[in-house]
Amino acid sequence: MILSIRQVVKKYSDHLALDHIDLEIPRAKIFGLLGPNGAGKTSLIRIINQITAPDSGQIIFDGEPLSPKHVDQIGYLPEERGLYKKMKVGEQLLYLAQLKGMSKSEAISKLKDWFIRLDIKDWWNKPVDDLSKGMQQKTQFIATVVHEPKLLILDEPFSGFDPINANMLKDEILAIKERGTTILFSTHRMETVEELCDDIALINHSRVVLAGEKTEVQNRYKQNIFKIRYLGDLPPDLKGMKILSVNGQSATLKMDIGISSNQAISEIISHVDLLEFQETIPSFNDIFIQVVNETNAYE
Amino acid sequence: MHMNKILLIIQREYITRVLKKSFWISSLLAPILITAIYAIPIWLAMKDKEVKRVEILDLSGLWKKNDLVDKELEFVFTLGKEQELKMAFASKGFDAFVTIPEDVLTNPKGVHIYSAKNIGMSLKESVEKLIQNKVRQELLLKAGISSQIYESTQVDIDSETITVSTDGKETSSSSGGAMILAGIMGFVLYFTLLLYGSQVMNGVIEEKSSRIIEVIISSVKPYQLLLGKIIGVGLVGLTQFLLWIVLTIGLTQITGKFYGEKVKNNLTQIKKIDSGKKSTLSSKSEEESPMSEVTKVLESTNIPMIIAAFLFYFFVGYMLYSSLFAAIGSAVESATEAQQFTFIVMIPIILSFFLAQYTIQDPDSNIAFWASMIPFTSPINMMVRLPYGVPVWELILSMTLLVLGFLGCSWVSARIYRVGILMYGKKVTWKELGKWLFYKG
Repeated sequence: MILSIRQVVKKYSDHLALDHIDLEIPRAKIFGLLGPNGAGKTSLIRIINQITAPDSGQIIFDGEPLSPKHVDQIGYLPEERGLYKKMKVGEQLLYLAQLKGMSKSEAISKLKDWFIRLDIKDWWNKPVDDLSKGMQQKTQFIATVVHEPKLLILDEPFSGFDPINANMLKDEILAIKERGTTILFSTHRMETVEELCDDIALINHSRVVLAGEKTEVQNRYKQNIFKIRYLGDLPPDLKGMKILSVNGQSATLKMDIGISSNQAISEIISHVDLLEFQETIPSFNDIFIQVVNETNAYE
Repeated sequence: MHMNKILLIIQREYITRVLKKSFWISSLLAPILITAIYAIPIWLAMKDKEVKRVEILDLSGLWKKNDLVDKELEFVFTLGKEQELKMAFASKGFDAFVTIPEDVLTNPKGVHIYSAKNIGMSLKESVEKLIQNKVRQELLLKAGISSQIYESTQVDIDSETITVSTDGKETSSSSGGAMILAGIMGFVLYFTLLLYGSQVMNGVIEEKSSRIIEVIISSVKPYQLLLGKIIGVGLVGLTQFLLWIVLTIGLTQITGKFYGEKVKNNLTQIKKIDSGKKSTLSSKSEEESPMSEVTKVLESTNIPMIIAAFLFYFFVGYMLYSSLFAAIGSAVESATEAQQFTFIVMIPIILSFFLAQYTIQDPDSNIAFWASMIPFTSPINMMVRLPYGVPVWELILSMTLLVLGFLGCSWVSARIYRVGILMYGKKVTWKELGKWLFYKG
């Protein structure tokens, strides 16, 4: 584990932002931190970044209690981001890299690599004021990763990116993961979660309401629903399952509890020619909405 | 490691400001202005005065050639009819034509001055003075007072002020010169505290409104950022003072060279007046040389001590006020929103400046004493008192109180700042700021 969060509590004067949060974030994985607005994600991220301190609880970073010396090993791209408008791109990145503990010469050589990699070689002396929004996003991304942190915290990284740059960013994130960096992703875009994340945790009303490995979580929420494509006439009653809908030569079925796929298939092929049989994996969007609604109902 | 990061912040704050055009404009303009203030009176005093020729028709016959002596005027007596002469004087090469009526002693208003162009005030005054002196003398004579008695009443008072310290040491001081020096230092402090304090505030607002703040404080602690910023901007202020001093000295030297010998003569003349023992020179030339007062006070004060105290009061006073300005900047999201809070920090600065007007008049009064002790008003008021001489214990007490005041203010400011910089979209009230003081971590 690169990061263990144990029983972390954070109170603000008028509300409880984090209520005994427990999370384990494995090394070299992409970890999705999900939750509706105001659930407590930003509070948690700020605590990991040591911008604020928890009221109680413990955080273990790379085997040691989190302390100020670790800030240089964390890279943070906040959701609301900005740069010094009057500074030039190069000197600004150099400044931010040095604030993360890099030496000047090391920072210059690493920055030059990034400028080549992202194809922005001639930006060094451009004032930030002259950059488009997308260009500023690239600059900010470099500032977040140039010191090669062990933990990269990205808060809604794709917001504001056009599809081409978003794709480039996705590739870079995967490449960084390959090099052994852990990425903590805060988002409510479920398609990115499905595409990139290895593990997820869902926070709602200051509590972790769901956590685990991505496919395991999906399995937990699957409802034994299948889609089939077939030839022939499907009888209205099938043993061990219900027909949810029929559309021409395809149908959606829900199996009863305790029925295996093999049993279902043998029942189906006794009536029709089965062309296709596919389990419907619940989307994270559905899981998200379901879990949030359930937990809201308990409140 | 922490030290390095603060140094980096100081460096950025310093370099980005020093590279701005506005910094150099103000750094150059002020010395040029000061040099001009210094040089123009000298230049005017030394400029070869143009002698104006005045034709005079004295119908009373009271004036003689040596009653009408003036550096800038040459009088030529004439005879004839006023009606004709007033038409002709210009063509004869005179600048003005003066008529004195026969009954001038009873009708002093009957004097007329004619001129081709609009005559200057100084010509009018000089002529009037010369005529008036004679009229007064004649009237006194008529009343039975001899001209010797009249002459002997023309005394010139030129007092020498001497400060006597409790141990009986006497120092010749010039209250006028001390006042000028005190006034300049008080004003510069007033101006720079406001200027650099608000620069810190605007820097904080910029970081907050551009949202870079969150990235920065994920690398350094808020207090490090605040400290780095305050020190960086303060060093910009010190650099500006240094440039002002060096450039002013340099420019006045160059102007001095330019005037060459004349200035030397003029300065020795000033020195002569300074010795204060002779009053042979006319009072007019003394009034014309405020620089002599400054020269005098510069000679009688301990310059290195004054400079050291000035830098101390600027830097610590600036740190105190700029930390408060920073706290305000952190609580708001735009400069316009900041206005509702800045008055609370500006009031003590402006109050200091008003108190300084009393202090400069009466530097040993109770008001002056307390104004130079209370941390908020002490930077300006102690600097105003210093040229007049201040007991060492008072200076040390004032400095100690200022440092304590700074520590207190920076504690309050740092606590507001660390909460404020992350607070968005909330209308901040005084009550809210009070709550922030007691937030944990």
